[in-house]
Amino acid sequence: MGRFIIRRTLYAIVTLFILSLTIFTVIRLTGDPVTVMAEPGAPAEDLDRIRAEWGLDRPLPVQYLSFLKNIASGDLGKSFNYEMPVSTLYFQRLPNSLELAFAATLISFVIGIPAGLISAVRVNTVWDSAGKVIALFGLAVPGFWLGLVMILIFSVWLGWLPTSGQGGWQHLIMPAVALGWYFAASLLRLTRSSMLEVMGSEYIKLARLKGLPGYVVTVLHAFKNALIPVLTLAGVNLVIMINAAVIIEVIFAWPGIGRLLYEGIFQRDFPLVQGVVMEAGIMIVVINLMIDILYAYIDPRIRLTK
Amino acid sequence: MASVLQVTELQTHYVTFGGARVVKAVDRVSFALNEGECLGIVGESGCGKTTTCQSIVGVLPAAARIVGGSIAFMGEELTRKRPGEMRRIRGARIAMILQDPMASLNPLFSIYRQVAEPAYYHHAMRGRSLRERVRELLNAVRIPSPAIRMLEYPHQMSGGMRQRIVGAIALAGGPKLIMADEPTTNLDVTIQAQYLDLLKDLQQQTGIAIIFVTHNLGIVARMCDRLAVMYAGRIVEAGTVRQLFDAPQHPYTKALLRSMPKLGSKEPLSAIPGQPPDLATLPSGCAFHPRCAEALPHCAHAAPDDVRVADGWSARCWRAAPRIPQADRTPHGAAAGG
Amino acid sequence: MAFVTEQIRAALAGAPPSVADRRRRWLRLTRELPLLPLAILIPFVLIAVFANLIAPYDPTEPIPGAKIFEPPFWMQGANPAALLGTDFQGRDVLSRLIFGARVSLIVGVVGTIVAGSIGTTLGILAGYLGGWVDQVIMRVTDAWLALPALVFAIFLATMVGPSMWNIVIILGAVYWTRYARVIRGEVLSLREREFIKLAEIAGASRWRVIRRHVLPNVMNSAMVLASLTIGVVIIAEASLSFLGVGVPPPEPAWGSMLADGRSMLMVGDWWLTVFPGLGIVTVVLATQLLGDWLRVRLDPQLRNL
Repeated sequence: MGRFIIRRTLYAIVTLFILSLTIFTVIRLTGDPVTVMAEPGAPAEDLDRIRAEWGLDRPLPVQYLSFLKNIASGDLGKSFNYEMPVSTLYFQRLPNSLELAFAATLISFVIGIPAGLISAVRVNTVWDSAGKVIALFGLAVPGFWLGLVMILIFSVWLGWLPTSGQGGWQHLIMPAVALGWYFAASLLRLTRSSMLEVMGSEYIKLARLKGLPGYVVTVLHAFKNALIPVLTLAGVNLVIMINAAVIIEVIFAWPGIGRLLYEGIFQRDFPLVQGVVMEAGIMIVVINLMIDILYAYIDPRIRLTK
Repeated sequence: MASVLQVTELQTHYVTFGGARVVKAVDRVSFALNEGECLGIVGESGCGKTTTCQSIVGVLPAAARIVGGSIAFMGEELTRKRPGEMRRIRGARIAMILQDPMASLNPLFSIYRQVAEPAYYHHAMRGRSLRERVRELLNAVRIPSPAIRMLEYPHQMSGGMRQRIVGAIALAGGPKLIMADEPTTNLDVTIQAQYLDLLKDLQQQTGIAIIFVTHNLGIVARMCDRLAVMYAGRIVEAGTVRQLFDAPQHPYTKALLRSMPKLGSKEPLSAIPGQPPDLATLPSGCAFHPRCAEALPHCAHAAPDDVRVADGWSARCWRAAPRIPQADRTPHGAAAGG
Repeated sequence: MAFVTEQIRAALAGAPPSVADRRRRWLRLTRELPLLPLAILIPFVLIAVFANLIAPYDPTEPIPGAKIFEPPFWMQGANPAALLGTDFQGRDVLSRLIFGARVSLIVGVVGTIVAGSIGTTLGILAGYLGGWVDQVIMRVTDAWLALPALVFAIFLATMVGPSMWNIVIILGAVYWTRYARVIRGEVLSLREREFIKLAEIAGASRWRVIRRHVLPNVMNSAMVLASLTIGVVIIAEASLSFLGVGVPPPEPAWGSMLADGRSMLMVGDWWLTVFPGLGIVTVVLATQLLGDWLRVRLDPQLRNL
């Protein structure tokens, strides 16, 4: 297990390295940031001063190294408009995105996994077809459109739920459904195919031959094995949801990280955009690493080998 | 000796494409097994041996159905049992061993859990007596240090050990009949012999009846008392191992015996020409006649009935029949038996 | 085992199919065509291509004499000149929908082609050449896959500036990683197959082997993958346009129409929201169904996609 963990950690570091390089390169390639930061028509001395202040007059590799150093020490730049460090802003908004992501994950679990399970156990019947239809719509209907339509129906026409903002469960439910919708479909598909694969395996045949009751075979033996890839996907999805719920947060005015990113775009606040993207990348890589390590503990096949 | 299993005229068909295609996987198969006996079922792939076992124990795939015949186990008629009743018999009174030991064991469960399950669910054993039972079983299949082993997982064991564990699982419910479907095919040759010895010893100690499905006649010679040779869904010859090895009546049996390589001999290996038939489109008359070295013209017209060669010995061949119509005898068939 | 001998026997038999056989097979093929997806996609493509001829008005100019926020024709207060209503600048919704289809089609198809080409090429190189080429390509692929596609796309679009062709390139740059992964896997297993080894032993250069043996075999997977992910690309473009970093105004795009419609939503004017969305859902649904059909027909082993 030790070697497994070391290898995964190395991969994670390399990934972060490549991501930071990519972001840095894109930033530098897309024009001189100085002219954007200063007011239009500013005199040359001002431009030079800004350049020196932000360290933009040093050679590129040096800039990259200090970029890396800053990241390593947690400094992801300072937002123009807020005049605060990006990481502070990020972590301020993080709990809100977490709340939304957890709710959405819960919804995707509740819809996706049982539907996938039923589809697999009653394969090629009406239930299975229904499951396939749900999965299809989950992928074809964009979450943000669903959100808009829900606002139309439940807030504007029926007046049951508030249109936006953060608050009690009434504020949470629509964005959570809009966000979780897509992931419910992908969980459904994965649960179904994973269950079907497991149920065709030899050890399930043997479990049946042992005369075990049907539900024991399905739930205890098959489902537990089938869940492994499903849970991995769910974990990965959760992290994605936290960082990528941009449009949903915008539509529902949810004060999370996605909305922060949008503000950065809208206000041409480049350091904010760069910082949030980098932070998102870091968070995803780190959490994926942790999921992998958790895996190493759960799956006895990995735990008990070197 | 008490009769454990009596299969009479069993018919299992696969029905696909809404009834358009019927495959007679098991076509009027009959055999009997007593306590403490080992019956070998031999045949090429696709001849119906696995389907027979699945029919007995009630785990046929969705497209297959028993359409006729009877399966009498310890006096009870299995074909008329409801799925719930069959489930209680499976694992407890009839057990089955599959071919691939690694695939047969659930990778996420400990050995203890998997061996204990039949006793847990069928005999409601718990706690210390259950642990004792598992230890007993692991000892019976000669797994060293059972108390430690039972806490381990399948991937930590060697192939031979895994197959013994599968054997322990089979014994766990206290069965009267064990069906072993090619249990040694995936094992190393050196391990095979040990495993077979183990099965033999267990049988002698407990009086369990064993049905051993294989395509390897060498194993049959070692393990079995009686032998049934299957071809295209039917039993073409059945009797004691002694009878069939010494004086096989059916040309297929003869060909199978001939194709076993003999140690030390320099004779060329003889294979049986042709392929096993597609069960959906069987040849007319005797199913084996296209590949038969001793076929008579009559064989293409009519399928032979079971001929009683001696007590407990039958062969489904015109050549074993006491009489065939005079006109259809070929010159060199004149000396055929009967 | 019986199944394998069946196949060998059939191959050995090798008799060419009779005329009756051929006709039967053709009939079966046409009956099995995916009617629903094609019934949606063919009109969609036609509408997009012939938008100039079909659309009643110029999508970027307000209809002369029309008011803003007029509802569709079956509702009260509708303007008969604008069948599906007008938007916040008085422009015809129907015309904008039609031209928006063109945008979605172009970005979807070209973006997918770009992503697919890059991804398949890199996947083949990584899988076939192995070694450090493989390592480098896979590390970059993994890294870029770690970042959520939308976030990456938003980042690039913000930095580079919005325009339709920029978006195409950006989406290509973001989505090639999916192809690379899958194709590399295919190539890895393909590499061990007999005919590849035979070609190599016969002395064919690596490029020749790739071009003549590897490429045709991975095209199936690439096409299936493309048809399944073209919907993702279309939705991604809509998302970017919604946020304002996609296809810039006044060019009509379904995503930006949705953004325009947001303010109207609060007062219950629903048509600018529902129609573009329905367009997206229908087209993406059709591509998904088409992709599923292709997958089943081209290679049943791809069920894991």
